[in-house]
Amino acid sequence: MTPSLLYAFAGVGLCTIGLYGFVRLAHLLRKLLAFNLIGSGVFLVMVGLAQHHNGPDPVPQALVLTGIVVAIAATALAVVLIRRYFHLSGQTTLAEPARGNDEGASQSGEDRQR
Amino acid sequence: MILWVMAGLLFTPLAWAVLTLLTGFRHGRWISWLGIVLQALVSVGLWAFVTRDGGFYYPLGGWQSPLGIELRVDGLAVTFVLLTAVVAGACGWHASLYLDPEKSWHRYFWPLFWFLWAGLNVVWLGDDLFNLYVGLELISLSAVGLVALGGQAGALRAALRYLLAALLGSLFYLLGVALLYGQFGSLSLSGIAGLLESGDVESVPVVIMVLMLFGLAMKTALFPLHKWLPPAHGIAKSPVSALLSALVVKASFYIAARVWLETGHHMGGYALGQLLGALGGAAVIWGSWLAFRQEKLKQVVAYSSVAQIGYLFLLFPLTWNVSETISVQAQQGMTLQVISHALAKSAMFLAAGNLILSVGSNRVDALAGVSRFLPFSLFSFGLAGVSLMGLPPSGGFAAKWLLLQASLASGQWWWLAVLLFGGLLSAAYVFRVYRASFVEKTDVDEFYHPHRSLEVIPMILALLSLGLGLVAEPVLSVMAISFSEGGGL
Repeated sequence: MTPSLLYAFAGVGLCTIGLYGFVRLAHLLRKLLAFNLIGSGVFLVMVGLAQHHNGPDPVPQALVLTGIVVAIAATALAVVLIRRYFHLSGQTTLAEPARGNDEGASQSGEDRQR
Repeated sequence: MILWVMAGLLFTPLAWAVLTLLTGFRHGRWISWLGIVLQALVSVGLWAFVTRDGGFYYPLGGWQSPLGIELRVDGLAVTFVLLTAVVAGACGWHASLYLDPEKSWHRYFWPLFWFLWAGLNVVWLGDDLFNLYVGLELISLSAVGLVALGGQAGALRAALRYLLAALLGSLFYLLGVALLYGQFGSLSLSGIAGLLESGDVESVPVVIMVLMLFGLAMKTALFPLHKWLPPAHGIAKSPVSALLSALVVKASFYIAARVWLETGHHMGGYALGQLLGALGGAAVIWGSWLAFRQEKLKQVVAYSSVAQIGYLFLLFPLTWNVSETISVQAQQGMTLQVISHALAKSAMFLAAGNLILSVGSNRVDALAGVSRFLPFSLFSFGLAGVSLMGLPPSGGFAAKWLLLQASLASGQWWWLAVLLFGGLLSAAYVFRVYRASFVEKTDVDEFYHPHRSLEVIPMILALLSLGLGLVAEPVLSVMAISFSEGGGL
């Protein structure tokens, strides 16, 4: 058990916790946080496992850097969408509203610049 | 010269995205028309290069493989680049007339459209597994933005659901890539395939393949992971739905197919292939049935996408551990299915958009009487339906015929039931729309007439999809182009 392998196992643990949260939690922000947790787990696996097999390796570090940028972009987009969605519908979950008003209710919210 | 073509394919969409971000919708329209023409030209240019000299690997910026990003330009990639140019060009043209320039937020359509196109080209040409991930994310994020363009709570809910599913799918794929890198110390798909072929790698745990395929199947909306697709594709603006159904779901499928074809013999297994095929078969039946039951017109078309995607997954059982000829047959069937579905489904969504614009309601039963006022759009819808049903001479027929032959030749006769029953069910949901449109018992005789070009575009796409069966040979010959002897430039 090298320290690198420990990172990889910690990454798998984070992924599991994140996945549990992602599936079980309904609140959108919590889901988003769970997504970020899974992401961190994947990055840990990526660096840890590669170092365990091949020794210190710059390639996965560069990949993780790119991965973090992608994750931030995705998180930013998700936060904007969640905020807008909350403004329009007053909801923080993806639960469908009662039948019949799922398009009518939203018409009233005049669309400003997104 | 090849440098300019590659730059044209990858750099111009990004440049155009930035350019159109700076302008409003009306100016963006002119810029984008120019960009679409440019993209069509470079795509044809790439095709000309590859038919003349064979496929090649292209190191981006001159950096060689382990350090730089290598692109893989072969017949299959060129086929998809050309398909993208046709379908995205048509959708862009349609959108430029369909979207209302008065709504200020529609100006974001063009940047998102161009980012999407850039991501698609990256995926078709990518050979580096991590770069494919970046391409996929670029596609997902811009596609989610396009869905949210509707601006209402319903559209945002669909967009959020789509975003969450897409992000989770990407992470599963990335986890697979991380494990793969840990195992091989390489990210190049062809490099890993080479290592596997050489035989000096100990057995690879199947979990890597399962993780990657699970993630990609989620992004492709394979049954039972398809729940996010119908709301997103149904609620988006029609040109956006057309783009999403025709191209975006194909991107993740394309990666799955590439990974499977290159490494499946070593990293996959019989059970995994059969499982994917069975899920595909279930998608065909269940998706068609749900399409038949929908009340809203665009939901019918969206569920039909779930069904048609199912056919693609027959590729996995039909290429695992079979003879070379059967595998080639299955691959040809898959390629034709992708092309014909892309053309037919974009035609169908655009035509459905015209019909909805005309009757002012998105319900199937509101179509009553429209057959006399908008026969052209309805005809395009029907022609596209013919291809989805798989009637000759459409591309859908040729695709299903090849898949059928491959299943018989490999002794997997049980896929026949899927192919036959799926065709019948798709006929049922197409005819249901027709029946509704021919009902005469209605007091409404005021129909809005869309712009003439809006009706011509789906017609062109539907005719292409119908004619694909007649020109299947030349299309497949592009796909079959192998690598040139030298391998390099």
